[in-house]
Amino acid sequence: MDYVWAFVVGGGICVIGQLLMDIWKLTPAHVMSSFVVAGAVLDAFDLYDNLIEFAGAGATVPITSFGHSLLHGAMEQADEHGIIGIAVGMFQLTSAGIASAILFGFLVAVFFKPKG
Amino acid sequence: MKQSFDQKQYNQTIKTYQPKPNYFINCLKAFVVGGLICMLGEGITTFYVEVFNFSEKDAGNPTVTTLILIAALLTGFGVYDKLGQFAGAGSAVPVTGFANSVSSAALEHKSEGLVLGVATNLFKLAGSVIVFGVVSAYLLGIIRYSWKIWF
Repeated sequence: MDYVWAFVVGGGICVIGQLLMDIWKLTPAHVMSSFVVAGAVLDAFDLYDNLIEFAGAGATVPITSFGHSLLHGAMEQADEHGIIGIAVGMFQLTSAGIASAILFGFLVAVFFKPKG
Repeated sequence: MKQSFDQKQYNQTIKTYQPKPNYFINCLKAFVVGGLICMLGEGITTFYVEVFNFSEKDAGNPTVTTLILIAALLTGFGVYDKLGQFAGAGSAVPVTGFANSVSSAALEHKSEGLVLGVATNLFKLAGSVIVFGVVSAYLLGIIRYSWKIWF
């Protein structure tokens, strides 16, 4: 059942993105940026955690969870260190994603030939 | 941006010549591909939970890392860009699309050298995601923190 909800919710988020691209003619970069902001806004109202509990990877894999993790890490540190903690904790939860994107992106560029 | 009369007219005129997207088919493709990527993510999460004893919450990070590795490799082989043409937002919205934009931007500028080409252009496309994410999270964090202090 976990897989079904992951499929439905993850697919549904992608459909919203596709509609933004088709109807309002947004570029993928605009869609991704809006989704990150949307994820952060949803987390500000504590809604995104419910979605993750419900859909699992259906909510953690789309880029919206990046915004959610940014705010989540920031708030965790803010609880301990006050307002300065927002900057301290900003990348706490997302560092794995960003670090691996940099590493693998670099390695792929070094070892593969550009196509097309 | 203020558009002059000519520009408006031009936008009107070209509209009839632009291909009309097939909304339903595009959405169906995005739904299936995006859903499958998330299902793959769910499978990887389960794998990390069962085999490496991660908690459900901590398994998010290795899952994202694995998906990024897969997407970067597929971009290197030229497969992911074909998938992107087919699935549209279905392959752009999941975190794999983020990895694809990082590695494809780096790959595209490989001919300009490692420093000025690859490293400089790594975040050419994905940078906007990080910038908007950090700015919005920062502002919302300040709002939420002040809310908690005052109320």
